[in-house]
Order: sequence, then C-alpha cells, then structure tokens
Amino acid sequence: MLNSEEFDKTLVIEEDLEPTDLEDAVDEPNRVLPAIEFRDVYLSFDDNTILNGISFTVRRGETKLILGRSGGGKSTIIRLILGLLKPDSGQILIDGEDVTVYDEREMMPVRQKIGMVFQEGALFDSLSVYENVAYRLIEQGLDSDEIDMEVRRMLQFVDLEEAIDKMPIELSGGMRRRVGIARALIGDPEIVLFDEPTAGLDPPTARTICELAIKLRDLQDVSSIFVTHEMNNVQYLSSEYATVNEDGQVVFEKEGEKLCLINTEVIMLRDGKIIFSGSDEQLRNTADPYIQKFIHGKT
Amino acid sequence: MNPFTKFLFELQEISLLLWSALTGVFRRPRYIPEIIRQMDIIGVGSLPIVLLTGFFTGGVLILQTFPTLEYYGIHNEAGRSVATSLIRELGPVLTALMVSGRIGSAISAELGSMVVSQQIDAMRALGTDPHKKLVAPRVLALIIMLPLLTVAADIFGIVGGGVSASYIFDQDLNVFLNSVRNGITSNDLLGGVIKPIFFGLIIGGIACHKGLSTTGGTVGVGRSTINAVVLSSIWVIIFDFFLAKAIQSILGVGII
Ligand SMILES: Nc1ncnc2c1ncn2[C@@H]1O[C@H](COP(=O)(O)OP(=O)(O)OP(=O)(O)O)[C@@H](O)[C@H]1O
Ligand SMILES: [Mg+2]
Repeated sequence: MLNSEEFDKTLVIEEDLEPTDLEDAVDEPNRVLPAIEFRDVYLSFDDNTILNGISFTVRRGETKLILGRSGGGKSTIIRLILGLLKPDSGQILIDGEDVTVYDEREMMPVRQKIGMVFQEGALFDSLSVYENVAYRLIEQGLDSDEIDMEVRRMLQFVDLEEAIDKMPIELSGGMRRRVGIARALIGDPEIVLFDEPTAGLDPPTARTICELAIKLRDLQDVSSIFVTHEMNNVQYLSSEYATVNEDGQVVFEKEGEKLCLINTEVIMLRDGKIIFSGSDEQLRNTADPYIQKFIHGKT
Repeated sequence: MNPFTKFLFELQEISLLLWSALTGVFRRPRYIPEIIRQMDIIGVGSLPIVLLTGFFTGGVLILQTFPTLEYYGIHNEAGRSVATSLIRELGPVLTALMVSGRIGSAISAELGSMVVSQQIDAMRALGTDPHKKLVAPRVLALIIMLPLLTVAADIFGIVGGGVSASYIFDQDLNVFLNSVRNGITSNDLLGGVIKPIFFGLIIGGIACHKGLSTTGGTVGVGRSTINAVVLSSIWVIIFDFFLAKAIQSILGVGII
C-alpha cells in the first residue's frame, strides 16, 4: 500500500545510505534493505535451547506478528533485536547493520531508532508519567517546550492526558501499559517492537492498541514486530487498514475483494523454530494440527 | 568456580564497571544534576549518623584511655591520642562502615529492583547507558562526600573527646586542645582524607555491581543487598590495613 509520498521516503532512505551499505544493496538489486533481518539465529540458556535457527525479515513498513506458546522465545527475539541479549550464533541486521558484533556503546544509536513496549511495562517507578514518556527526549537534550508538546501529543494518542502528573504506582495495569506505549513511540522511531501489548486488557482498550499499531504501519510507515497470544489481535492487524478520509479523520477499513493487505505477515514459533510464515489466511487454512490447535485453542 | 577464581572474576567485573562508569563521565550527555542529587542523599543524608558516631567514639576513647594515661602521668597528651587515632583510623573507617550500611544497601537494593522489574533493560532500550546514568553519579558522589563526612566525623570526635575529658576527668579544655593541635601533622590530615576516597570507590563499586548483577526476582534483591553491605564493610577494613601501610611508607605518617 505504498502511496507516492511513502515511496519518495523509501527513495530518500536509500540515498542516505553509507557507501558500504550500498555495496551490500548492489549484491541484491531492486531491494530496499529490510528493517530487521534474522539470519540463522541460535540461542540457548544453559542447555535449554530457546532459538534453534531462526531466520526472518521485516521489510520497511511491514508488521510482523509473532505467535507461539508461552515460554517459546518471543520476548527473547525482541530482546535480541535491541541487543539486550546476544545470540550464540547467527546474525541480526537492523537497517542492514549487523548488530550482533556491536558493543553497548555502538548499540546506542541503533536503539535510538527503535521503540519498545515491554511485556511488563517496565516503567521507571521513580519518575512520573510525564518524565517516563519524556525520558528519551530529555536524554537527547531537546528543549523543554518541545518535549512538553510531544509528551502531551503522545499521551493524547494513548488517551491518558489526565494521568500526566501521576506516578506509575498509582496507575492500573492497562494504564501502565499505555504509558509504556507512549514512551516507546515518542520521538517517532522507525521500528516499534510490541511485546504482548494487549495481554490482560479489556477488549476496547486492546482494540485501541491494535488500532494504534495499524495507524503506525499505514500512516507513518513504521516497521514493527507485534507479539501476541490473542487471535483477535491477529484478525484486526491483518485484515484492517487505516486511511485518512476527506474530512481528515483517520478511519479503519476492512480489506476486501479489491484490496488485500501485503504489509502484515504472521510467523509462528514452535520449539525454537519457525514452523509457519505467511498471511493470516494461509495461517487459518493450514492443515498443521499444532497450528489449528493454537488458533482455536482445541483440536 | 573455586572461591579464588570467583574473587578474581568479581574483582574484574567491578573494575570494569567502575572504569566504564567513570570514563563515561566526560562524554555527553552529562548527568550533573543527578550527581548533585546523589551528593545530597549520600552526604547530607548521612551527616547525622556520622556525626553521632564520631562524637561518641571520641568520647569513649577518652573515657577508656584517660585513666591509663593518667597512671603513666601523660594525661596531658590525651587530646593527641584521641586526635591521631580518630584522624588516622577510626574516623575514615567508622564513617565508611556507617555509609556502607546506609548507602551501600540503598544503592544495591535500588539498582537490584530496577534490574528485576526490567527498568534497566528499558533504560538501555531507550538509548541510555545505565553505567553512566546510574553508577557514575553514585560512585562520584561517594568519592566526593565520604572525605567530607570523614572530616566532619573527626571534628565531632575531637569535640566528643574534649567534652568527655573536661566533664568526666576535669581536664582544662585548653590543655586538651593544645595537645590535639600538637599531636596532628598535615600528613595525618592528608592521609585521613585519601583513605575515604578509596573507601568511596570500594563501597560504590561493590554496591553498584551487586545491584546490577541481581538475578532471581525480589528474593535476589535481598541477597544482593546483604552481599553489598557485608562485602563492602569487609573490604573497607581489609583495604584499610594496606592503605595505612602505604600511607605510612609514602607520607611517613605514624612513624613519629
Ligand atoms: N535470563 C534467562 N535465563 C534463563 N532462561 C531464560 C532467561 N530469559 C528467558 N529464559 C527462558 O527462555 C524461554 C523463552 O522466554 P521468553 O520470555 O522469550 O518467552 P515468551 O515466548 O516471551 O513467553 P510469554 O508468551 O510467556 O511471554 C523461557 O523458557 C524462559 O524460561
Ligand atoms: Mg514474553
């Protein structure tokens, strides 16, 4: 669903590349560098193999939904992308840079372009909601008027303006999650990683969060990974898209006969391997009994 | 891992942590307000307990040694005995022990709970180096404030000694103060301020390392806190011996 403006952006990105990156790109012509790429990644904790040869790519502007049972290594994949963990072997590329060889200091500029929503929220509990959301901008040393404006915009985005001066301890679980989302999205990162952002939330709030992810994907060209257990999230994200109508309002429409979303894909993990990768229709129509059981909760 | 390898390993970890924290201080962004806040918590916050410790230690030193000095007829030198033992040894060591109990435990508990609630990961994910943001201000504040606290403890110790000498043993305060003045040298003072700088490094390094390497949830936080206090106290005392020896050889303090 690239419109012409987004297409221009893609071209600009390519012009910005370092010469070395361009050489890489020449090897595989006609291909914009993927936002995230895993190449044969292995990871074990002690003798517990968590990831056993994982390879996938997230293209620019694509949303990758990751499914898999609890303890299957989904959060681990996300932590690997941020360099919070290092794989035992294999490569992880972000915008074409192999981050597995980066140390903490080299990782910092890469992390600047990634927003992460933690499964447990992970808010700084000694800071107020305002300071939590503003954290990244304060660290970057922006001036306070600009920070103030951005923080208010983000809190409005997650519908939590009234909580701006509260401390995280005073918030409910769902509110904390939404503050976490606002903190991840501030500064408009190019890549956003959602780790079960809807778990334990009421259906309307969960729906709001899915809509947020859809807006990021369709209107801001953000690449993202969305880990979830809930099939209705998969349903929303892979069958609806956001556009702006004539009145300038964002509306969500269902894909139909004339249009089929190509910027959302599902991958499914099992025992450290990817056992499925494709669209949600393919997922639903697959014959694999494990996947059928996962989708329907029963065989 | 055998205990000796484990010890070397931890020593290496702590040295690396301190190195990365303290070299990071000179790169932007700098966290000056954070350093000042920590100086307030560590320095001003610890002042009451450190002053009390100093005062009563000085007092009890006179209480216990005055009769002996009197027996040998040198009770006019009581001030000197309190001042040298306080400034050379008891001031730095007792202050460091009080601070390691109060601040070492607080640092490792705070950092430890940030680790288990993934706040450290969140910080790294948001592009901040926790060594620079959390470790460096705490260690720096300790290095700056511990010598000052020590000096305050020394002064209150001498006051305590003076009070004890004049009220309990009816010694003229001027005799006491003269003996203090004659007893201490500038090298004593220098040595007494160098020690707490190293103690600050030891307490800060151990507490931050224990906090940041917390594993195993809230139970783990308790464990790291205990380890931080016990280890930093023991290492303050052990290191004090070697520092005393080094200061003796280099500054010639205590050789009379
Ligand atoms: N630091 C660690 N040390 C040892 N084992 C770990 C560590 N972190 C994760 N694991 C193990 O790795 C496995 C995968 O964990 P991960 O958090 O990635 O699962 P997940 O797919 O996100 O599960 P959930 O859906 O419940 O969040 C788990 O079995 C867990 O026990
Ligand atoms: Mg998880």
